Amino acid sequence: MKKLLKEAAWPAAVFLAVLALWQGACTVFRIPPYVLPSPPQVFATVVERHANLVAAFRITAVEAVGGYLMSIVVGVLVALVFAQSPVVRRSLFPYTILLQTVPIVAVAPLILMWFKSGASSVMLVAFIICVFPIIANTTQGLISVPRNLVDLFAMANASRASQLLKLRLPHALPSLFVGLRISAGLSVIGAITGELFASSNAVGEGGLGYSITYANSQLQTDYLFALVITTSVMGCLFFFTVTGLEWLCLRHWHESAMKVDAD
Amino acid sequence: MKDTDTGQPPFITLGNVAKRWSNGVTVLDGIRLEAARGDFISLIGPSGCGKSTLLRLLSGLTPISEGTVTIDGMAPVAAREIMSFIFQDATLLPWRTVQGNVELGLELAGNTTAAARREACEGLLRLVGLSDVAGHYPRQLSGGMKMRVSIARALATRPKLLLMDEPFGALDEMTRDFLNEEVLRLREVDRFTTFFVTHSVAEAVFLSTRILVMSAKPGRVAREIAVPFPFPRTSALRSAPEFLERVGEVSAALRTVKGAH
Repeated sequence: MKKLLKEAAWPAAVFLAVLALWQGACTVFRIPPYVLPSPPQVFATVVERHANLVAAFRITAVEAVGGYLMSIVVGVLVALVFAQSPVVRRSLFPYTILLQTVPIVAVAPLILMWFKSGASSVMLVAFIICVFPIIANTTQGLISVPRNLVDLFAMANASRASQLLKLRLPHALPSLFVGLRISAGLSVIGAITGELFASSNAVGEGGLGYSITYANSQLQTDYLFALVITTSVMGCLFFFTVTGLEWLCLRHWHESAMKVDAD
Repeated sequence: MKDTDTGQPPFITLGNVAKRWSNGVTVLDGIRLEAARGDFISLIGPSGCGKSTLLRLLSGLTPISEGTVTIDGMAPVAAREIMSFIFQDATLLPWRTVQGNVELGLELAGNTTAAARREACEGLLRLVGLSDVAGHYPRQLSGGMKMRVSIARALATRPKLLLMDEPFGALDEMTRDFLNEEVLRLREVDRFTTFFVTHSVAEAVFLSTRILVMSAKPGRVAREIAVPFPFPRTSALRSAPEFLERVGEVSAALRTVKGAH
């Protein structure tokens, strides 16, 4: 516990220093609140409008988690296909890279135009941005099984199915978690981006992304700040949930799970 | 250690076996060899003499280019049911406990119940003195202990043929000596036939009934040296004059082989 306090002391000091600088800038330069609200103003808005924030959080969280779960299922399945043969991998991998390099802000309006503007379309945007790290990392894990272990299973006349279930999949678990950790943060970005383009009020309404455009257009900068804070809280929550799951699954055997500050 | 009923064909026969890589390099050539049940055969020689490749040919993990290999009347791949391979590293599954790792072979063979596997492996863990760490994960074990788990796993399927590819090369000498004695002790329990690749002359002399000294480019059996010491052998053998004499003989043979290049 004492160690934990010591660990937290420096980040906390940085946090306080940034708050002090922020407040100082507001006071010294007399910045109007619609450009930069002071920390107490933002805090007051968070308290005052917490009901809106919680509602927006809920909507966006459902979209982000939906897209995230979809990307896990599809990503792992695609990785399983990729792991079957180098030919399949070589012919399809460039297109998964394409998926990653096309900017999501360019694709999101198309998706919302093509499909009905709705929560499921927003999920789709989150899915697209999440799926690549999961495919890439899981494939890597599935194909990087040490040769001796493959030989060991061959010597036992193991079937393809048991080789997959008892060797390749467990071996890929740490790599899968690397992908899951990256995508946890991306899912929030995807959901917010999707909402930004979900022009219909009935859709993104209440969602964090929609609320951000709304607050921006109304020059409610303090509310905008509150929304941004809520968004990053969500990202952190996702990230730490996945990290916790990772620790639970890998604590016995994998190096990265033993060192909390590995990356 | 030879088969008592001499009318039987030998347990293992290698008939004029050759192995060429796809780039034309001949790694093994003209290997003729017979092994009887219970033989403990060490393969020793300079690197590149194909001793590990010979093990892989016996296991069927690498196909033969020329000649025949017969193990108990079967081709290598079919004979996998009666053999186990022990690799240079322990090759344990890090997500399984010691118990889970030892059960792997029986589990993959698929003709045992979970309860039977558990019982068989508990007995084996007692035999190799690992009962206390049955619930541990590989990363909690020392290198020597990992190798003992690997040996226990290999023996769990009661193999008639054990292929060991330099299993103790990475261990310190004390651990290696201890594990050598352990292997001989286990061999007293279950008379498996062994092919053992090593770089250590002393290890080969201590363990083997026969030592094959191999030469490289292409890999051939240059000389065979019989080791007639009776079993069970104990650590006291290591300081016996006849042991040291035999070590000297193998070392000299090895020097001759290396000098040829």
